[in-house]
This record gives sequence, structure tokens and C-alpha cells, in this order.
Amino acid sequence: MLETVLFFALALLAVTAAIGMIVHRSPVYSVLMLIITLFSIAGFYVLLNAPFVAAVHMIVYAGAIIVLFLFVVMLLDLRHESDRFTLTKFSRVLAFIAFLVFLGEAILLVKVAFIDGGLDIGLGGQVSQLGDTPSIGKLLFTAYLLPFEIASVLLLVAIIGAVILAKQNLKPSQ
Amino acid sequence: MQDYIWLIPFFPLLGFLINGLLGKYLSEKVIGILGSAMVFLSFSTAVVLFFQLTQLDPENRLFINTLYTWMATGSFSADVAFRFDALSAVMVLVVTGVGFLIHVYSIGYMHGDRGFARFFSFLNLFTFAMLLLVLGNNFLIMFLGWEGVGLCSYLLIGFWYENPEYAYAGNKAFIVNRIGDFGFLIGIFMIFGYFGSLNFDTVLSAAGMQPEWVITTICLLLFVGATGKSAQIPLYVWLPDAMAGPTPVSALIHAATMVTAGVYMICRTSAMYVLSEVALSVVAIIGLLTALMAATIAITSKDIKKVLAYSTVSQLGYMFLAAGVGAFATAIFHLMTHAFFKALMFLAAGSVMHALSNETNIDKMGGLKNKIGTTYRTFWVGGLAISGILPFAGFFSKDEILWKAFSSPFGSTVFWAVGTLIAGLTAFYMWRMIYTVFYGESRVDKEVALHIHESPKVMTVPLIVLAALSTVGGLVNIPHYFPMFEHFLDPVFMKYINPAAFEASHGSFGLELTFAAISLVVAFTGIWLAKVMYVQRRELPDKIASSVKGLYTLLFNKYYVDELYDKIIVKPFVKVSDAFFYAFFDVKIIDGIVNGSAKIMDSIAGVLRRSHSGVVQFYALSLVVGAIALFGYLIFG
Amino acid sequence: MPIEYYLIVAAILFSIGVLGVLTRRNAIIVFLCIELMLNAVNLTLVAFSNHVQNLDGQVFVFFVMIVAAAEVAVGLALIVAIFRQKETVYVDEINLMKW
Repeated sequence: MLETVLFFALALLAVTAAIGMIVHRSPVYSVLMLIITLFSIAGFYVLLNAPFVAAVHMIVYAGAIIVLFLFVVMLLDLRHESDRFTLTKFSRVLAFIAFLVFLGEAILLVKVAFIDGGLDIGLGGQVSQLGDTPSIGKLLFTAYLLPFEIASVLLLVAIIGAVILAKQNLKPSQ
Repeated sequence: MQDYIWLIPFFPLLGFLINGLLGKYLSEKVIGILGSAMVFLSFSTAVVLFFQLTQLDPENRLFINTLYTWMATGSFSADVAFRFDALSAVMVLVVTGVGFLIHVYSIGYMHGDRGFARFFSFLNLFTFAMLLLVLGNNFLIMFLGWEGVGLCSYLLIGFWYENPEYAYAGNKAFIVNRIGDFGFLIGIFMIFGYFGSLNFDTVLSAAGMQPEWVITTICLLLFVGATGKSAQIPLYVWLPDAMAGPTPVSALIHAATMVTAGVYMICRTSAMYVLSEVALSVVAIIGLLTALMAATIAITSKDIKKVLAYSTVSQLGYMFLAAGVGAFATAIFHLMTHAFFKALMFLAAGSVMHALSNETNIDKMGGLKNKIGTTYRTFWVGGLAISGILPFAGFFSKDEILWKAFSSPFGSTVFWAVGTLIAGLTAFYMWRMIYTVFYGESRVDKEVALHIHESPKVMTVPLIVLAALSTVGGLVNIPHYFPMFEHFLDPVFMKYINPAAFEASHGSFGLELTFAAISLVVAFTGIWLAKVMYVQRRELPDKIASSVKGLYTLLFNKYYVDELYDKIIVKPFVKVSDAFFYAFFDVKIIDGIVNGSAKIMDSIAGVLRRSHSGVVQFYALSLVVGAIALFGYLIFG
Repeated sequence: MPIEYYLIVAAILFSIGVLGVLTRRNAIIVFLCIELMLNAVNLTLVAFSNHVQNLDGQVFVFFVMIVAAAEVAVGLALIVAIFRQKETVYVDEINLMKW
């Protein structure tokens, strides 16, 4: 019962905040709305027996990415925007139609797959101790060791790339 | 060993590839030896196979080597398969044997030519195609080789393509051959339509079950192909012009091998021809008429190679006459001996031209007898052989043809009489040329006369070998006493036919001997006449020519056939092409379609170009539409 | 809770992200929307991980996060660089990707 109530509350919060994010005039508010959505998603993770993912999610997104966004928004000094949506009405309508059709199809796919029982997914082996830190760590350092290491290289490359791109005195004309 | 039949055509193909691709990095010596060696390897393989073949019972003498299935669609399937039976064996041995000698000769003849490597690669390619033709186990492979030799003929006639006349001769040969090939192809289509297969064994064994008109039509269509390739009326006009090519080409392609492909094809399909008396008669009559016509033209020709070319046409006519009276083994026999002595004469003529800085007009020769002795002696042997003098090769084969033309159930006295007349004409025009070229006073240009020299060894040795073959080649088939050749070949022809139908219907041994004596007398008369007119009383020819001026002009202008074709076929065709096919069809319709489609593309692109607006969100929208389509496929698909 | 609920919430969030990408002019907001879409996908991964009782899905989420972090770092650097050149962050004014 509690779970159901929590779920619907979180879902409502996430969707509302997401809508708020894309319609709000001020970029700073949009970023803050995203934080709310991300918090709700962390709540979902907890509900789904993935506390470790939830914790990492909060650290990475709220702690790092969103802060980075806020920095940039403030750095560029972006205030309230007058024309925040695409300028032609045609493209807006087209985008909205695409949105509706896409969402409808996605939900329909879920219905066909699960409610009509069209999708048959066998259950995996591990049943207990889902999502705790040791078991995920074990998996990361055994089966996924190589991708894990490569990911660290990717991050290094991203750091260097970001530094080079953002460095002011590297314009080609100079 | 029968699994190695493919090696026979493979070697020349290899030679073609090496000489064709790497030729410009190799020296003349390497190219020449390589090209000749490849043909010699084929020849050796063929000899080994030949002896293995003779080990078998006469009825079972057949090797088949299936490499792979070329195509299989529905009920139709064609294998790449080679067939080595007595007929193929003879053809392969002639092609590779004579071909090898001509390759060796070419090393000397083509020495210093800019296109030396090209020449040898084409020559090897030709050998490859010709071997496909004679080894193929179905009509498709045969047709492949048939087209291949046509291509090589075109390439080699126009070998010195800088000369527009030579290039034109190449085009002429190719186009005239296309007309014949068209008939051949339709014939093959009909065979497939009625027999459902293109395999020789399947088709020939089932030939008796088809209605006669079908067989007749197929045979006549195939014969159209043969008239093109083997230069018979009405498609013979290309062969004299084909002499534009280098002389070894004339010897190999336009005398010894390719032009006999038609004879081979008729012999290969003999089981069908014997079912249709109409087709056989057409073959015999066309052959006889061609032989007569070409022989008369040869009398007046002044060009050493043209005389030989018309002589080739004439001898091919003999072969068709033999095939047309059902004497297939005899046709192949004459094919073989003709390959020997005609290759010999062409090569000797080439040697004469070599000595005289490529002079071909016999009026500018004369008195060469002592200056180029080897060439003269071999030419002399060739002359005796083609005239049918005992015991040279031509005597046995030609006499056999004349006898069969009389005695066969399909033969008649007229065939024999005209055939004997042609034999006399042959002896006359051939010795007219020999006497003009080698005897009498020298009429050679002074400048050229200084350089007269005998050809190098590499050219004279093949001449001597061919002369030896022309001398003894006929001995493999002496009727009644030693008919080895016929006994070897007959099982191939009699496999699907009742042999009883081919017993001589009339005539006796005594009559045969009489006929042989008559043809000998006729031949000697021809030679004697030539000697009188061109050695002893040199004013006679001109006198005779002016006394029958009309006839002489007619013959000298080759019956005006070229002019006739030009007027009734080429000119109207060109006119229609200019007025309709070019001005309307090509410009308006073809160009219209091409330019139109380009314009349509341009306008479509002009619209689509707008989509590349640089607006990222439009690209993203396209991506979403794609995702929507994928989802739709997942759900509804 | 059955898995469908999570999936539908994820679908809604993802679609909202799509709508934002398609309609907003501000490149930073477009970026935020992309982050939202990535998170929607992460949600489905965790939901499936729970549904089939297999941890691999959660490991995948880590990698998505790593890629997202790298992407944000580089992407924001790009936006800053472009802003310096063009004095704008509106995507319809940045049309370098033209024919």
C-alpha cells in the first residue's frame, strides 16, 4: 500500500517537474525542475530494490551534472527568454504531433508486451540481495572489468576535451 | 586423366593472362617462348589424352570432365563441362599442333613489332576460345568459344588499328559474323525450346523424336551461323578483307582453325543434319557454290594473301560439300589436311612478304625461286598438296570428298563433276601464283630487291614441319587399305544414326579408282595450263583477259558482291540510321530519357536540399519519425 | 508494483524529453532534455533488472551515467565555446550544419 502511494506520488512529481522543465521561461528554473525529476527517479530506484544505483545517481546527477549546468547557465548569464519555443508554428505543431504519437506508441508497446502477455522474459538467477553494493561491485570488477576501465579512459578524454574546448585563447584566428 | 581435360584450355588462358597483364615488362624472347610453350603444353596434354582414348573400345571413346554448374534456373541447367571424344581429339590436336607451329613462327614474324606482347596474348586467348569451342560438352560452352574466337578474330584483324582500312576490315568481319551468330543463337534457343536441354548427348539422342520441320529449321539456323564463321555464301565477304591482320593470324585463324568451326559444328550435330534431307542439301549446295565462286575469283586476284583467302573459302566449301553429302568424317579429314597445307602456304606467303618488305602484289614479285629457297620448296609442297597430287595430303582428302559426293546416298553426279572442275581451278590458280611469284624475271622494286633475304630459322622450321605434315598427313586415311582416320571418327557420327543409311548407294571400287585418276589428270592439267600461261607464254593471260573482258572484269571485281551488299544493305541501313535511329530515336528518345532523368533528379534534389537547413531540431524530428516508424513496425508488424 | 507502471512513467518522461528537444530553442535546455531522456532509459533498465532479477541492468545504468557525464562535460564546453563566437545559445541561430 505504502509502495503504491509512494510510486504514484513520485510519478506525479517526476512528470510535473519534467513538464515544468520544458515550459519554464527561465533556464535556471528549468535546471532546478530537472533536479526534482531526478530525485523522483532516485526514489523509483529505491522502490526497485536498487539503493546503490539510487545513491550513485544522486551523487553524479545532482552533485555533478546539474551543478555543471547551473554553472554554465549562470556563466552565460541567461535570463528569462521571450521566445523559448521554436519560432514557426508549423514546427511546433509537428513536434507536438510527433510527441503524442511517440508516447502513444510507447505505451501501446508496454501494453502489448506485458498486459497482453506478448513478451516472455525468463527470470534470472540471482534472487536475493539485489542491488546491494557488494554484489554490484563484484559484477563490475569481474564480468565488466574491461568496460569499466575503458569508461575511466572515456572520462579522462572528456575532461581533456572539455578543457581544450573551453580554453578561451585557443581560437583558430589567433 | 580425364579429370585433366580442363588443362588443355587452361594453359593458353594462363598465357593470355600473363602476356596480357605483364607483357610490357617482359622481353620479346620471354613473351614468345611463354606463349608458344603454353600452346605446346596444351598439345602435350591433348596427345596424352588422345592415346588414352585409343586404349578404349571404339564405342566408348569418350571422356567428360564436368567442372561446375555454370547456371541452373528452373528446368534449365548448364554445366561447364568438357568433352573429349574422337572428334574433339582431332580438332584439339589440329588446333594446338598447328597453333603451336604458328606461335613459333610468329616469334620471328612479329619481331620488333610494337604490339608484340599484345599479339601473343591475343593469339593465346584465341587458342583458349577455340579449345572451348571444340571441347565444350553443350551448345552454351560451344557458343562461348564461338563468340570468343570471333572476338579474337576481330582483335587480330584490326591488330594494326592505326590503319583505318585494317580497322574497317576488323569491323566488317565482326559485323558479318554477328549476322551468322544471330542465326546460331536462334538455333540454340530453338534447341532449348524443343529439347529442354543444351547438352550434346541429350539433344542428339532425342533428335529423332522431333518433327522433321523442327529439325530442318534448327539445322538451317545453325548453318547460318556456320556460313558466318566459315565464310560461305552469302556471308563469306569478310574473309578476304580479314587478310589485313598479320599473316600468322591469317594462317591460324582465317585458314587452319577458326573458319573451320562451322564444319566442326555441323559434324558435331550431324545426328540432326542426317534427319533432314533439306538441310543437308542446302549445306552441300551452298558449299559447292561457294567453292566454285571463290575459286573463280582467286584466278584473277593479284594479292598473294587474297588468293590464299579465296582458296580457303573454296576449300571450306569442299568441307561443307562433304558434310552436306553425309561424309562427316571426310569433312573433318579435309579440315585436318587443309589445316596443314593452308597454314603452310600462309606462313610461306608471310615469309615471302617478310623477304620483300611486306609486298603483297604478285605482279611485283617473280624469280624468287633461288633467293628464298626454303620458302619456295615448302610453298611448292603446299601447292602440290592443295592441288591434290598423289601422294600429298590434299589428294586423299579431296579425292575422298569427290568420291563421297558421287557415291553417297545424298550425293549426285553433278556434285562430283562440279567438284572436279573446282579441283582443276584450284590447281590452276595456285600454280599461277607459284609461277608468278617464284619463276620468271624479277619484277621486284629495286629498293626492295636489295633486301631480299631468307627468313630466320624460327620461321622456316615451322614451315618445314608443316610441309612434312602436308606430305604425309593424308596417309592416315587411305580408303579400302588403311582407313584409320575414318574408323577413328565414325563412332562419333554413327552413335545416334543407323550406319546402314550411309553405305555407298552406288559406285564400285573400280569406278573410285577411275575417278581418282580423272581428278589427278584434271589437277595436272591445271598445273600445266598455269605453267604454259605464266612461265612459257607470258603474253597469254592478258590476251585471254582482253578477249573475255566482261567475264574477267566480273571476276576481278569479285562478282561485285561487296558493292551489291553495300548498295542493298549497308547504304539503306545507314540512311535509316541517320534519319530515324540517330535523328529521332537517339537524340529525342534515348538522350531525352537520359537528360530527362537527370533533370528529374535535379528538381527532386532541389526540393530535398531544403531539408538540409542546418536546423538541428528538424534533423531530430526526422529521427523521432524514424523511431515512430520502428515502434509501429514492432507493434503492428 | 508491476513493471508496466515504471515503464509507462519512463515512456512519459522520455517523450517529454523528446518534445523538449524538438521545441526548445535554448541549447542548454535541449541538453537538459537529453539528460531527462537518458534517465528515462535508466529507469527502464533498473525496472527490468528488478523484473528479471538480474544485476546486469544496473551495471548498464552505471555506464550510461559515465557516458552522460562525459557528454555533459564536452557538450557544455561546446556550448560555451559557441557562445563566445556567436553570442547566442539558440540552436536555430547556430546553423553551421547546412549543406
